[in-house]
Amino acid sequence: MTRDDIFAKVRDVLVDALAVDEEDVTAKASLVKDLRAESIDFLDIVFKLEQAFGFKISQGELFPESVAQDPRYVKDGKVTPDGMVALKARLPHVDFSSFEKDPVISKVADLFTVDTLVNFVEKKLAK
Amino acid sequence: MRWMWIDRVTELLPGQRLVAVKNVSLAEEHLHDHFPADAAAGLPASPVMPASLIVEGCAQTGGILVGHAEAFKHKVILAKVSKFQIDRDATPGCTLRYTAEIERTDDMGASVNCKIALFDFAKPEAGFIDIGSIALMFSHLDHNMGGAGQAGEDFPAHNFVFGEAFKTLLRSSGYAV
Repeated sequence: MTRDDIFAKVRDVLVDALAVDEEDVTAKASLVKDLRAESIDFLDIVFKLEQAFGFKISQGELFPESVAQDPRYVKDGKVTPDGMVALKARLPHVDFSSFEKDPVISKVADLFTVDTLVNFVEKKLAK
Repeated sequence: MRWMWIDRVTELLPGQRLVAVKNVSLAEEHLHDHFPADAAAGLPASPVMPASLIVEGCAQTGGILVGHAEAFKHKVILAKVSKFQIDRDATPGCTLRYTAEIERTDDMGASVNCKIALFDFAKPEAGFIDIGSIALMFSHLDHNMGGAGQAGEDFPAHNFVFGEAFKTLLRSSGYAV
């Protein structure tokens, strides 16, 4: 499956899960800021990606969960260096380059764009 | 019994499917307000089951199915109505049937599809006819917010979602709780 094919299927999933227009689902669109995803939508997206691509996504594999709650990884509202290492190891499909400069935990959700999902699916299918 | 929008569970396949029925009755007060006569417009009263309460009935059907699958240990709340379509009105004397099926579930929550069918006693030979469907997402509250060691609000330890009304409904339908 080419990256374009994956993008098209991911776009269909997002149109369905978030009730957005197809043209709004661009590669750089942020799930939260641009497509207005709420917390329950992330679970919906996980379920729908599983259906669309026929694989299983385990808890915390696509979106970070325990890192934000772990005191070793978050201090004063920012991700610690140890937390950064843990996040990168757990979420290899995410581009942390700009987040690292100011790793405020509340901005973690902004990291997730349509491209992030396409990266995730691409890596998962390649396994 | 307050705020119950299903009358009986007629089938329960644990973790897979739950079927419930709702009899629409003119004794229900809200039907007299939905919709009353409009003398100015020359329109007679038109009692119709509000679609929002059909959604609630489907949510209760799906919620019991999801809760039952884990022995009611999770607080299962309706988190999202993804899609809802209904093609005709349910009027007094009709019976609605909700067939909820779990599409996917994990520790965080579940997605449920529910079909809505209608039995019209004026046309019994037609049986139950499909009139709509709904896609629902349920969240396991303890895993998503609150609870020990997690951020967010704290919720009571007891399962306030599945109270006595739901247990009575299951018992009166012939299911042990």
